[in-house]
Amino acid sequence: MAFQPTKQIYSGKIREVTLGVGDKAVTVGGKTAYSFHSFEGEMPNPPRVAMEIWDKDPSADWSETAKAPFAGVLSDPVAWAKKCVDEYGAEILVVQTKSADPNADNKSAAEVAAVVKKVADAVDVPIIVWGVASHEKDTEVMKAVAEQCSGKRLALSPVEEGDYKQIGAACLGYKHVVVSSSPIDVNLAKQLNILLGNLGVKEQDIVIDPTTGGLGYGLEYTYSVIERIQQAALTQEDDKLQQPMICNVGNEVWKSKEANLSAEDAPELGDPAKRGVLMEAITAIDLLIAGADVVILRHPEAIKLVKGFIAKMM
Amino acid sequence: MGLTGIQIFKLLPKTNCGECGVPTCLAFAMNLASGKAELESCPYVSEEAKEKLAAESAPPIRPVTIGTGDYAVKVGGETVLFRHEKTFVNQPGLAALVSTDEDAASVDGKIERFKAAQFERVGLNLRAEMFAVKDASGDAGKFSALAKKMADTGASLILISDNAEAMKAAATELKDKKPLIYAASAANADAFGALAVESGCPLAVKGDGSLESVIGLTEKLSGMGVKDIVIDTGTRDLKKAFEEQIFIRRAALKDRFRPLGFPTIIMANEMADDLMNESLVAATFIAKYGGLIVMSDFQPHSLFPLFLDRLNIYTDPQRPMTAEQGIYEINNPDENSPVLITCNFSLTYFIVSSEIEASRVPAYLLVQDTEGLSVMTAWAAGKFSGESVGTFFNKCGIKDKIKHKSLVIPGYAAGISGELEEEVPGYNVVVGPREASQIAKFLKSWKPE
Repeated sequence: MAFQPTKQIYSGKIREVTLGVGDKAVTVGGKTAYSFHSFEGEMPNPPRVAMEIWDKDPSADWSETAKAPFAGVLSDPVAWAKKCVDEYGAEILVVQTKSADPNADNKSAAEVAAVVKKVADAVDVPIIVWGVASHEKDTEVMKAVAEQCSGKRLALSPVEEGDYKQIGAACLGYKHVVVSSSPIDVNLAKQLNILLGNLGVKEQDIVIDPTTGGLGYGLEYTYSVIERIQQAALTQEDDKLQQPMICNVGNEVWKSKEANLSAEDAPELGDPAKRGVLMEAITAIDLLIAGADVVILRHPEAIKLVKGFIAKMM
Repeated sequence: MGLTGIQIFKLLPKTNCGECGVPTCLAFAMNLASGKAELESCPYVSEEAKEKLAAESAPPIRPVTIGTGDYAVKVGGETVLFRHEKTFVNQPGLAALVSTDEDAASVDGKIERFKAAQFERVGLNLRAEMFAVKDASGDAGKFSALAKKMADTGASLILISDNAEAMKAAATELKDKKPLIYAASAANADAFGALAVESGCPLAVKGDGSLESVIGLTEKLSGMGVKDIVIDTGTRDLKKAFEEQIFIRRAALKDRFRPLGFPTIIMANEMADDLMNESLVAATFIAKYGGLIVMSDFQPHSLFPLFLDRLNIYTDPQRPMTAEQGIYEINNPDENSPVLITCNFSLTYFIVSSEIEASRVPAYLLVQDTEGLSVMTAWAAGKFSGESVGTFFNKCGIKDKIKHKSLVIPGYAAGISGELEEEVPGYNVVVGPREASQIAKFLKSWKPE
């Protein structure tokens, strides 16, 4: 007798959310089964890899491995963005507005927004703008960005309980997507989506950021909260959690000491370039397996590996 | 599949003595069937019934141990599909392949890297455990010699050959080390099954890429008396292998389907063209149900991320990882270096210590045992109070190491500073930053007094 595998019964579906406009717009979500479980449901849109750039020169913070692929453009966000799209084939671009950090450069919202606008005008792929998680500063910056980039359907992140009214309203007013961000907790993720709904933000304009922990630094928390959100959305009909999920992976992984140690400082850890790339790629594929729909990555080699993985799994 | 309450009832004494805590044997049988009672509660149950029921209540995925001693690998024994439902328990073993047609220098390089790749983290020693030894030519002498050489490293072994003679020679010689015999296929199941029974070694089955073929093999071998089985479905396509691992785990846990209730082995070395992609295959099956994972090589740049991955996925979600209580010296501090105190939640420790390290400012980090709670939670639970921090500071021995009189507490614990000052008379309690990311800035602008 042929073996009959047990299939999971799904009752829900993740909503589709479209980022950007025009030919290069990208739709994520839409699945009716756990990620890559195409033997028992649909995954109409493959998970996507977004590529990050910074709006300030990261040379002082980044290791040689992370800098090398972007030599010559790190101090010019527009050139950097173009390199990502033209040379590395980025399908979604993330601008990390590090220059706005009130504890560092603290550039004005107007200055930050002007750079984001220039980047958004220079490329045709969807843009996600990722702030510094300071409610006051992000509110100022995101309002200015939302206004200046009106019509481009950006995604603005992170939108948290402390600033959702302001940034949510800016997204509503200028028709951008909200990245609803909560600290690794199913209930808080749900609650913020309810609040956004009350504000008038439509379901097709919300992506969940469950908060990302890198390999060795809390990856397991993010991994499990994504699995739980996905289970609630697909098998328990939890309407408010049926949104695609995004993870800011590169920024977390490359912060860790072990991703950056040089061969001189840590010969026992082997080739530093390959180690950093694998730390980033492994974090990404774990979160994709758990159920993430978009992973934001930094290193072109890691991106290549993760895209290859997605292609094989689809 | 488990027995029903009625089936169990037939095996019980039917005296309704009530000593098990419920009034009738039938009620007790129902409780047993639903897992709410333990058979030991019945003082009068017969030996025969015990045996029968024990077989039925055996773990849904059989725990199998490969190897002996320090490097023994126990896999299987898992009870959940998702780690948040409880926890994953037995980390997959990581193996590198060596072959009889490989030159000695290459093999020696792998041995050297196997020994060197050991990393300390949260009080654990992260390392690989296994070698997979492959017979390339059917030469029994060569195969045994290489297997012996690899066994001498202490590593647990997977012996790979489809030649019954060569396998018999190697497995018989090394049977005390309990290597995994790989693998019984449709063609050689009789000979390999007999060898497994005779040698007492665990046996892998290798299917033809279908779960039906695996089921056929495990049923046949179980019938021959082989108990410790590991499953290779034979599939080498990533997507299909992923699907099979999920079906196997579900069949074992949800349906209690015995023929698939065994740990699995993943040949990552045959599923990708280079070590980077093999590492991703390994990571995929660390997350989704691989028991043993074989790679073409050990390289620290690949092992280190995989060790972290394995540790993360197999961490018990109900028990936070903790750092050991004590004084941590960072960047070679001296008697004038600042002293900072934090909790022993491992993530807090990792992040705070790496921020101090990155600042390049020499400092002492005192880690207090807060039972794995973060600063705010520990503070709220009274485990990071002025009194407990004061007692720890006074007793940990830091006073002998410093000349100054300052102690920095986390910004989130600012509330304890008054009480703490009373506990550490003469010392200056300074409230540090709330977020670890501000520590470097703080240390560069502040000096202890």
